[in-house]
Amino acid sequence: MRLAEGRAGARILALGGYQPTRVVTNDELAAAVQTSDEWIRSRVGIASRRIAGPDETVADMATAAGGKALAASGLSPADIDLVIVATCTPEAPIPNTAATVATRLGIVAPGAYDLNAACAGFCYALGTASDAVRAGTSEHVLVIGAEKLSQWVDWTDRSTCIIFADGAGAAVVGPVSDDADGPGIGPVVWGSDGNMADKIYIKDRQSFIFQEGQAVFRWATTALHPVAREACAQAGVDPGELAAFVPHQANLRIIEAIARKIGAPQAKVATDIVHSGNTSSASIPLALSAMIERGELGSGAPVLLLGFGAGISYAAQVVKVP
Amino acid sequence: MAMTEQEILAGLGEIVDEVAGVPADQVTPDKSFVDDLDIDSLSMVEIAVAAQDKFGVEIPDDQLKNLKTVRDVVTYVQNAEVSA
Repeated sequence: MRLAEGRAGARILALGGYQPTRVVTNDELAAAVQTSDEWIRSRVGIASRRIAGPDETVADMATAAGGKALAASGLSPADIDLVIVATCTPEAPIPNTAATVATRLGIVAPGAYDLNAACAGFCYALGTASDAVRAGTSEHVLVIGAEKLSQWVDWTDRSTCIIFADGAGAAVVGPVSDDADGPGIGPVVWGSDGNMADKIYIKDRQSFIFQEGQAVFRWATTALHPVAREACAQAGVDPGELAAFVPHQANLRIIEAIARKIGAPQAKVATDIVHSGNTSSASIPLALSAMIERGELGSGAPVLLLGFGAGISYAAQVVKVP
Repeated sequence: MAMTEQEILAGLGEIVDEVAGVPADQVTPDKSFVDDLDIDSLSMVEIAVAAQDKFGVEIPDDQLKNLKTVRDVVTYVQNAEVSA
């Protein structure tokens, strides 16, 4: 028996993002539940969020984002041999989203699987995609984070309806060239804590998202900065070298608290949540693709990604801007 | 080694400045976090966690509602240190 020939490393070739067209403002929510624009902005940091149409599916959004990333990469669908969709909100358990998305994008017979690590999903998926390329299992991977959280939200619950939103972000992952200056995706540092399974959950198919906000806030602002630093250490990148820090866009106060503790005062901190809401596994690729589109990051610059959420699950890695 | 009230107050002032951007000299015993210093419950969680690290005392989430003024926190830390 033998193994496939491996590669020296993997890198992100391109990213793409998709947001539904419908904008829901804080004022619109305040007309329906007991809250206010001021309260939402100060506690969560959101000014507006995007909500998918009633017939718009997770696969629809994933396809849109995936198509953009594919186009930006310059590759053709025939070049993709693995599709991974990180999602915890598919409309149905089977078939998975990835196989459907692949067919819609004209990608023929790739490996295809969905991955559920809640809001850490994109970083988990990116880690497995990088490993697949390095091991020679796959040549080019389409990695997508896509969620329709709005269909799991109790719109009368002011503690959750102000936070969660819909969207998708995607990345095309491929090998680094043989003469490249190191890998483009660093080692993933991931973990979980099932003791906190009761802090963020959806009980069953008839239930809504529940979150114990204060406990999640406390955990996120204390347990994650060491994970972030470890991801930098394993990549051999000093936090002081980071061009950007792109954490899961859970809550602006959490983002700011973690950012203060990672030793990267020079890094641009993604605050996409302000006009995107919390889109779970879509939030990191959406934020990163937007920063790149706005010309905020130079090619090759190191960026720290940090996903975290229900499980509790978390994952972080340093990546180079394509 | 128990800290003096002044030392705890000074340490707390540093924490509040770091977490909420309120200058340390405004962190005086009679001040209410919510009403005088404009500090909300999320910042209180951060302050409690930072105080745990700095003073070596446990401040669980369910205690936070009792910590309304700066003096409440100083007293809490002093009592916790004594019984440690």
